[in-house]
Amino acid sequence: MSEMRRVTAIRNGTVVDHIPTGRAMQVIRILGIDTTRATPVSLVMNVPSDKLGRKDVLKIEDRELDQEDLDRLALIAPAASIAIIRNHAVAEKMDVELSDDLVNIAKCSFSNCITKSDREPLPQRLRVIKHDPIEVRCYYCGRGQDMDELIENIL
Amino acid sequence: MGDLVTMDDLTNDDIVAVLDDAEVLVPVARGEVFLPLLQGKVLANMFFENSTRTRMSFEAAMKRLGGSVLNFSSIGTSVAKGETLYDTMQMIDGYADIAAIRHPRQGAAQYSADAVGIPILNAGDGAGNHPTQTMLDLFTIRQAHGTLEGLNVVLVGDLRYGRTVHSLSHALVRFGASLTLISPSSLKMPVEIVSDLRSHGAEVSETESLQNQIATADVIYMTRIQKERFPDEDEYAKVAGIFKLEAADLGEAKKGMIVMHPLPRVDEISPSVDATEHAKYFEQAFNGVPTRMALLCKSLGVDVPKKVG
Repeated sequence: MSEMRRVTAIRNGTVVDHIPTGRAMQVIRILGIDTTRATPVSLVMNVPSDKLGRKDVLKIEDRELDQEDLDRLALIAPAASIAIIRNHAVAEKMDVELSDDLVNIAKCSFSNCITKSDREPLPQRLRVIKHDPIEVRCYYCGRGQDMDELIENIL
Repeated sequence: MGDLVTMDDLTNDDIVAVLDDAEVLVPVARGEVFLPLLQGKVLANMFFENSTRTRMSFEAAMKRLGGSVLNFSSIGTSVAKGETLYDTMQMIDGYADIAAIRHPRQGAAQYSADAVGIPILNAGDGAGNHPTQTMLDLFTIRQAHGTLEGLNVVLVGDLRYGRTVHSLSHALVRFGASLTLISPSSLKMPVEIVSDLRSHGAEVSETESLQNQIATADVIYMTRIQKERFPDEDEYAKVAGIFKLEAADLGEAKKGMIVMHPLPRVDEISPSVDATEHAKYFEQAFNGVPTRMALLCKSLGVDVPKKVG
């Protein structure tokens, strides 16, 4: 039996596969999934994976992820594969791809960055300096941040 | 277009070309020759933070080239009323052909460059970058050593908050410099910068003692421990006055070794050094004028002749 079947298949929604093990809760957070809502969210953690060794899988009922969601996801689950499910069948498959320029995805962590002035209208921008492991810096001030800060700073 | 936000905006060839232009412009900077290359052009000096040398040398550079200057200070203006940097820069976009900006917040220069159409020259953003200072530093180094290649440069003092040394170290390693970074542990160069410098293949060592480095240095670049960047007085008191260079310390120095400082100094270079052949900090301050002239011309797309006079 496929590892994907550890939890019930969904009728409509999104399956996020190949999340680095231990990150599923963070994925829930950055996608802004309301876990108190009526529709089910299934979480599988720490299952064997050919691609990653171990992985987490997330099934979200009644929500189709869009491109902006994928851009966020790419930051913490760069190898994730996405399947959009409609009427129990895979309607679309997508890979996440981390772009080099992250506009309004996460904010800079530096207290003295110009973007910390709340009323300044230009967008938050981070540059991806390195993909594996991911290293990001603020486009304006150049300050880097680690993964924990980044998750904290996702908009 | 024409922005200078960090040293990454200039290639090594660009740097050398600007320094060549600056050298040609020295008699103009001294007022010996009048060369109105920028006649009719307006520079906005946007200083959201105090400055003496940088602001005045930009003004001198523009005026010596026949241009004019709008001086802005954030005290008692619309900024004090809560205007955003974005809005202030929109206004300047309509009043001037080019702007030099100094701002206490890091990233303000890039932000301004994105906000407006006129070229932006970063005159210091928080603890970030100060590329026009770097260019005049490189000018001073090349003047003394005849080259920028492969020098042994010792950077001393506040390497954490000192934007001058951040920009300068980036530029120097591109010309194959070896760097020795000397600071108290609380004021070490930020790790991102050290990692960038090493990724350029540069030899970078970090230490807390200056004395052992004097004999092998080609350049000793002193900086002030900047009181205004410390969150509290106690932290400042722990490191204030930790490095002091006296003329007597320079006995073992190489003949052509130069001592530089972006100024103002407090007590990190004793006045006894001023009379030695090594002292170059006052010439360095003058060099801000021809270097900024060359940068203004470059950003405004104005060619500097190969010789003047």
